[in-house]
Amino acid sequence: MVEKESPYKKYLREERLPHIFCPGCGNGTVMSTFFKGLEGTDIDFENVAMVSGIGCSSRIPGYAKCDSLHTTHGRALSFATGLKVGNPDLDVVVFTGDGDAASIGGNHLIHAARRNINLTVICINNNIYGMTGGQISPTSPKGSFGTTAPYGSRDMPFNLAELVSAAGASYVARWTTTHPLQLSKAIQKGLENDGFSFIEVVSQCPTYFGRKNKMKTPLQMFEWIKENSINKRRAEKMDEAELEGKIIVGEFANNPHAELTDNIKKLAEENSDKPLAIKSAFEELD
Amino acid sequence: MVEERFVQGNEACALGAIAANCRFFAGYPITPSTEIAEQMSILLPKYGGSFVQMEDEIASAGAIIGASWSGMKAMTATSGPGISLMQENIGYGFITETPIVIINVQRGSPSTGQPTMSAQADMMQVRWGSHGDYEPIALAPSSVQEFFDFTIKAFNLAEEYRVPVTVLADEVVGHMREKLIIPDDIEIVTRKRPEKVDGQYLPFDAPCDGTTPMPAFGDGFNIHVTGLTHDERGYPDTNDPDTHTKLVERLCNKVLMHRKDICSVKKENCDDADIVIVSCGSPYRSVGAAMKKAREEGIKVGSLKIDTPWPFPEEEIAEIAKTASDIIVPEMNLGQIVHEVERAAHGEANVHLIGKIGGILHKPDEIYDKIKEING
Repeated sequence: MVEKESPYKKYLREERLPHIFCPGCGNGTVMSTFFKGLEGTDIDFENVAMVSGIGCSSRIPGYAKCDSLHTTHGRALSFATGLKVGNPDLDVVVFTGDGDAASIGGNHLIHAARRNINLTVICINNNIYGMTGGQISPTSPKGSFGTTAPYGSRDMPFNLAELVSAAGASYVARWTTTHPLQLSKAIQKGLENDGFSFIEVVSQCPTYFGRKNKMKTPLQMFEWIKENSINKRRAEKMDEAELEGKIIVGEFANNPHAELTDNIKKLAEENSDKPLAIKSAFEELD
Repeated sequence: MVEERFVQGNEACALGAIAANCRFFAGYPITPSTEIAEQMSILLPKYGGSFVQMEDEIASAGAIIGASWSGMKAMTATSGPGISLMQENIGYGFITETPIVIINVQRGSPSTGQPTMSAQADMMQVRWGSHGDYEPIALAPSSVQEFFDFTIKAFNLAEEYRVPVTVLADEVVGHMREKLIIPDDIEIVTRKRPEKVDGQYLPFDAPCDGTTPMPAFGDGFNIHVTGLTHDERGYPDTNDPDTHTKLVERLCNKVLMHRKDICSVKKENCDDADIVIVSCGSPYRSVGAAMKKAREEGIKVGSLKIDTPWPFPEEEIAEIAKTASDIIVPEMNLGQIVHEVERAAHGEANVHLIGKIGGILHKPDEIYDKIKEING
């Protein structure tokens, strides 16, 4: 077999490979689709800064050859808010997961969406805590098993795309690792959107979610995701019972409106004769 | 031109931050520090700066660290409950060597405690609040002027040593109004930026007692910053005991080995003193009158005011313990700094605590009475 080199290898810190992701993990697909989406925009990769919290998905920025801030659990969006407001010229991308963004970081998620700050958030939702070994998360389906739900989860899962749309994000989409083309297109739109963009990627964790839920191979997980995915337009014609356990994919919000850093810049322009201050730490006093 | 103002302490703090070139503030309302956020929201747009009211103090601490990596001088202000929430991200600031300034206007604690009353309840939390080994820098103002001066100094120390620096004010200093003199020759430290290099750049390759120049995101260095134990490239290396030891020892040494440059104390009448009053922050305001009254009666009393509780001025305390027989420590808590004084005195002087909680500053007579009690 001829080994084909990824066209996106140029974006990686090759000295950090091999990566820590398990065989069959969806993170690689998400990285590829991200780079494909990025190449569809006119954004210079040199201008991209990645921010993440804690978890498997949050390790992605560590492998990308750009400025990257690997922060505390759940707080990536707070750090990203400071980074983006501090220098609005940066293209700031946040990689996060269901536990990081929706559980411990849930408050930051809805407030970043409310402010419509120009960040692109890629939330890899594998329905489980992978890094700590398979505990249920706020998106684990009802009845699914995890090491902290040995009798099956009885909690109601979050619908993240709906949550973030309701909180005020200007671009929201949900796709899965079985939809790489649609996903990269959504990432491209998210990167181009001047506002808070949230792209939820339903992904497979064969090591923990799969093993605990009778889908031991990546292929079984892939098929489960594919079979249960249903386009938003079709889903709109279906009732709640029919949609039980389905993954609704598509665009949830595409509604450009006033963005946080633009507002801050305007406020500074209205009140000062100086341009918006950036990199003040390096500047001598006037 | 030197400018004279009559302002509230919290306002002086905001003016100090602006003077130090702080152009980013993220915060959350909390008594008795809120006026700092309010002032920054008024001032920053006038200086082209950015103000964000965050959803909580955890987010505020995260935002100023993010802003610092964007190249900004960044600050937040809070009080006890907020400081508690910030601890994890402050620890991230230490391990990633991020210059930030945190203003803590202390109030009665624990928990929600006494929001409108003064205390020095967090002296030890600033030292040990986040998990792990690290060496913080903290400054404790005792007047409106010092709140202004120490805020500027906090930014300078943060940049010099690449550490989070806390200004440990309290409700008395935050809410009182006094004369503030704004000098026209303020010294500020600008951040050292690395030179553009060809080949491999090592962002954390520092001497064992130092730090490195810090690029901003977007400068082209493609730096990786992580809260995990990392090597000199900034890459995670969490299972090698040597990497961890080297990193954490350096984080401590870069402050401890420069203690002489960082520590600041103010000594008065210490040379012939039998009794020295060691104070820090607001209680210093009552020391002068007590000392004067005792001196008038022929009791040899001196004063040592600690400007920088952290790193603790050990040598200075050890020195006075050799000549004085007794040390009095008035604190607005039930005994925090007194333990450091005892440790530094090495049993060479008797150390007496005047611990006072409830929210009211020590009266000069409370210190004077202790002097009389000791003098017999």
